Amino acid sequence: MLNTLNAIFAKHRHQPGALLPILHDIQHELGYVPDLAVPEIAKELNLSRAEVHGVLTYYHHFRQSPPGKHVVHVCCAEACQANGSEALANHAATRLLSGDIKMEPVYCLGLCSIGPAIQIDELKLHARVTPEKFDKLMQELEVRS
Amino acid sequence: MSITIFVPGDAAALALGADEVAVAISTAAAKHKLDIEIVRNGSRGLFWLEPLVEVITEQGRIAYGPVTVADVPSLFSANITRGGKHSLRLGDIETLSYLAKQKRVTMSRVGVIDPASLSDYRKHGGGKGLELAQSMTSAEIVRLVTDSGLRGRGGAAFPTGIKWKTVLDTTADQKYIVCNADEGDSGTFSDRMVMEGDPYCLIEGMAIAGLAVGANKGYIYVRSEYPHAIAALNAALDSAGDWLGDFQIEVRKAAGAYVCGEETALLESIEGKRGIVRSKPPLPAISGLFGQPTVINNVISLASVPDILAQGAANYRDLGVGRSRGTLPFQLAGNIKYGGLVEVPFGLTLRELLYDFGGGSRSGRPLRAVQVGGPLGAYLPESQFDTMLDYEAFAAIGAVLGHGGIVAFDDTVDMAKQARYAMKFCAIESCGKCTPCRIGSTRGVEVIDRIRAGAHEQIPLLRDLCETMTYGSMCAMGSMTPYPVLSALNHFQEDFQ
Repeated sequence: MLNTLNAIFAKHRHQPGALLPILHDIQHELGYVPDLAVPEIAKELNLSRAEVHGVLTYYHHFRQSPPGKHVVHVCCAEACQANGSEALANHAATRLLSGDIKMEPVYCLGLCSIGPAIQIDELKLHARVTPEKFDKLMQELEVRS
Repeated sequence: MSITIFVPGDAAALALGADEVAVAISTAAAKHKLDIEIVRNGSRGLFWLEPLVEVITEQGRIAYGPVTVADVPSLFSANITRGGKHSLRLGDIETLSYLAKQKRVTMSRVGVIDPASLSDYRKHGGGKGLELAQSMTSAEIVRLVTDSGLRGRGGAAFPTGIKWKTVLDTTADQKYIVCNADEGDSGTFSDRMVMEGDPYCLIEGMAIAGLAVGANKGYIYVRSEYPHAIAALNAALDSAGDWLGDFQIEVRKAAGAYVCGEETALLESIEGKRGIVRSKPPLPAISGLFGQPTVINNVISLASVPDILAQGAANYRDLGVGRSRGTLPFQLAGNIKYGGLVEVPFGLTLRELLYDFGGGSRSGRPLRAVQVGGPLGAYLPESQFDTMLDYEAFAAIGAVLGHGGIVAFDDTVDMAKQARYAMKFCAIESCGKCTPCRIGSTRGVEVIDRIRAGAHEQIPLLRDLCETMTYGSMCAMGSMTPYPVLSALNHFQEDFQ
């Protein structure tokens, strides 16, 4: 892990306000930001551990523990609510209770005319997702992994 | 010569299968031995037609949509590359009334051009604003933007020229241009569409702002929920070459905090801190990013600037009504039949947008409530649908236009539940700096829960709490959460019984 951190630190050494970019890179590489990374980041940026911890825990995007094999973000904001996202989120939570696909709520994916919307592992988006379509997508995901 | 086929790479089109359609088109073209080039354009913003495939033919640019993978073989059998007849054929998309009735100014190139090509951008009129700005003095640019009547499109509607003048008049060795692309309001996606569909327009707007105030460094703070927009911006910047001279732009990825859309919280976040709201004064225009004078503008504000320079202030100012000049890209969202992007001059009514453009609800049931301006915007009942789309007209009825997001709900909506959600959202997203917002929102959820359980005598308490939040909070997060709550309570009282 130290090598990974050092490579990331080197990349951002001359960037003003580098804490968020560093946390993003660590999460991108490792899937989350481990506790062990916090004192290293603090040392690199000449901050206290409390300051790094504060930033890490303030933002919803950063994780402090490993995610599931896949993360499914279900949009729970108003525009998707108007198209039945609450039922979808409840269905998803029940469907994904066990297994290594994790569900997280997200507040707006910018797909507000074609909701309910979901995002699988950051880049894959799906619109007008019914519970049936959701199950089909999860089956495909489980088969692939 | 190869045939150009447009398959949108816009996130909404991707969510409806555009990538798979693009692959199917390549495969089918190879099978038919056709030499094609696929361009991943932005979206035209007619989302019920996405993925919307367009082909350059002898008859012009012919659209087909919504195209699924299953449709592709029959499209090729029908000679799509020559604009052949097919049940999905729409003809020239710009003659469709949804687009023909619009006045696309800021969004004129979105969905039309190849967002990854600077030369295509220039071919469609891009770059002229910057060229002109380079021959003007800073004061002249600021004057022109002031004269255009452009007001901040992020929601607060502060006159852009006046903000720029403050930064210009403040002396400092380093100044910054910050683009607020933390488009967190539900029901909004116009920023995303510009970044994905016409990134050079935003970049040009920032470079002009740099010339106007004397800044050579810019940041675009984009929400992490928009990975495709981030990629499009970075790709555009990578291939910009020396187009921007010594003006440098860095894309910063946000991290999922809604309150970072508040300008001072956003600056804190770029500086690497928790996104906590700062007290004002000092204004960011005087002491902003890293303590330096900073222009902070929304994507649409900055993307409007190149055209204002190229076409002149009067051209923009002549559109609109009252003190709301120019156009606003409205976003029709939620339970709406024809959801999408509608850029029109200020002055239409909400009803015209909802029915003439939107076609009423998607579910087919009557529209009951419409939230305008994001999670901090008021819910409007049917009796207010004739309100004119104008900043002042909305303020007069206790509502806001905000960033132009319009979320429609049919008659199955429970407005007490929506009021509760507004408080809950504030509790989740509050930065925690001021008490009315941090604690008021949690108490608000509790009070609404008690009211919904039958304790109607608590309604005055909810109103009291809203008053405290409105007048006691530091920023819009706490002070505007009462908008959706009180409008729900005032216009949909029956849901609280």
